[in-house]
Amino acid sequence: MSVLLIAEHNNKGLKPFTLNASTAASQIDSDVHAVIIGNNCDEAAKALSELPLIKKVIQVEAAHYENFVAENFAPVIVKLAENYSHIISSANTFGKNLMPRIAAALDTSQISDIIKVIAPDTFLRPIYAGNAFATVKSKDAKKCVTIRPTSFDPCESSGGSAPIEKADPGEEFARTKFIKREEVKSDRPELGTARVVVSGGRGMQSGDNFKLITSLADKLNAAIGASRAAVDAGYISNDHQVGQTGKVVVPDLYIAVGISGAIQHLAGMKESKVIVAINKDGEAPIFSVADYGLEADLFEAVPQFLEELNKLNTIQK
Amino acid sequence: MKILVAVKRVIDYNVQIRVKEDNTGVVTDNVKMSTNPPDDNAIEEAVKIKEAGKATEVVAVSIGEEKAQETVRKALAVGADRGILVKTDGIIEPLAVSKLLQKIVEKEKPDLVFMGKQAIDDDCNQTGQMLSALLNWPQATFASKIEIKDGKLEVTREIDEGLETIEINVPAIVTCDLRLNEPRYASLPNIMKAKKKPIEQLNASDLGVDITPRIEQVKVEEPPKRKAGIKVSSVAELVQKLKNEAKVI
Repeated sequence: MSVLLIAEHNNKGLKPFTLNASTAASQIDSDVHAVIIGNNCDEAAKALSELPLIKKVIQVEAAHYENFVAENFAPVIVKLAENYSHIISSANTFGKNLMPRIAAALDTSQISDIIKVIAPDTFLRPIYAGNAFATVKSKDAKKCVTIRPTSFDPCESSGGSAPIEKADPGEEFARTKFIKREEVKSDRPELGTARVVVSGGRGMQSGDNFKLITSLADKLNAAIGASRAAVDAGYISNDHQVGQTGKVVVPDLYIAVGISGAIQHLAGMKESKVIVAINKDGEAPIFSVADYGLEADLFEAVPQFLEELNKLNTIQK
Repeated sequence: MKILVAVKRVIDYNVQIRVKEDNTGVVTDNVKMSTNPPDDNAIEEAVKIKEAGKATEVVAVSIGEEKAQETVRKALAVGADRGILVKTDGIIEPLAVSKLLQKIVEKEKPDLVFMGKQAIDDDCNQTGQMLSALLNWPQATFASKIEIKDGKLEVTREIDEGLETIEINVPAIVTCDLRLNEPRYASLPNIMKAKKKPIEQLNASDLGVDITPRIEQVKVEEPPKRKAGIKVSSVAELVQKLKNEAKVI
């Protein structure tokens, strides 16, 4: 049977993690179909049809799909599900919100946040904030699986030409109404996909001091991350949080500044290729995962870091 | 308005967990257990709503082994009026939990069901959404702000892109984020008072729900360890290492 991928998009184009989810879906079965539910989403549907891994696109449109409300989306997918063995989406806030609603309707025990496909019914997933890895095997006939996007490479985004089929929309769920979305616009790379991430923690002491993180991130063309403590303290907005209940990042370089390294934070960044920690407490747990640790006052070290970077002829982008 | 709050007993968030030598799970014997952290936020929010005069009763429910009674008792100590414990043994999956909660909802008829957005043990992030699907109720997941307006809820949700606001009709499910509020500590007099509050005990088998696991836990292993790193003595050395050794800048 085929795999049904739920595309994540903004009606104009695909969200980048759709490419990672396509890769994961194709590792389960090569016959991957993708459903795109939205409003006036032709451009995004076309982009989806161009992914070489996708064999067929199903486009479902209605005004009430404009804002991705799970109560409207779930019945559409439940209806399509009879033709598929697996339903796949990313384990980000889009997929986390939506997939369990589908799984319960299908009476399926969902498998969340997989980091590896071992067999079509067997997956590897982190538990306890990544402090243990569980190999789990689904006994359900139909499988609902969310994938950790950073654990799968993005697929090619062009070269394919899958047919686009339209399917009828379902009714609107009138008891849930979208009001607004406050997206933080930024020219920086996205936190989830950036090559370099510079993160600040409680040690920053104030939102104002986050300017130091911003300067360093500018220099390195990096995304800005934060520990939960920094977000809780109001130094920076929630979309920057890295950790067990925030975002999981796997950049080539992760620079943790003034972050002690609580278990919850390590869960979100310890798979990064190279980790740098700058902290004045030499005993801070962050040093246990750091490839390069610098025991120093960040208010002296970060300006020096900028100076040293200025001396370099080139910096990778 | 009546609010049902689901609370889960998990290994305390500060405990460094250990994988069992036979790879069947993690060590839970003699390990400190606590309420799942965002479930504390769920209880706090329900109690605040009651204190503001907008709810009449807060009922705490937990599903798990006998000792989950402590988790219910803690909810009573911070302001829940009474408790329910549904006793089960072994691993119970979110789908089964949501089916049991559905039975409790049918019996208790709450207007709102609150719970944490995710349990920090299995990290599934499923139960609230599944319960809303089974009841066909609105869901507001990852809530960081809740306002009650004329029998409707305006909920701010934390999403990857920033914040989203939705309006949902009651009855509804809300899953709570850690930033929703600052959970209070139980005072000694309230802990004493909580001992007198009733906890109804049920067996999962009494509720007529098939809770047989659908997922076989094949094995649980330690994650790969990171190679030990080095301490550098200066920023200059750090930048030199990143440039010439790690080749990442």
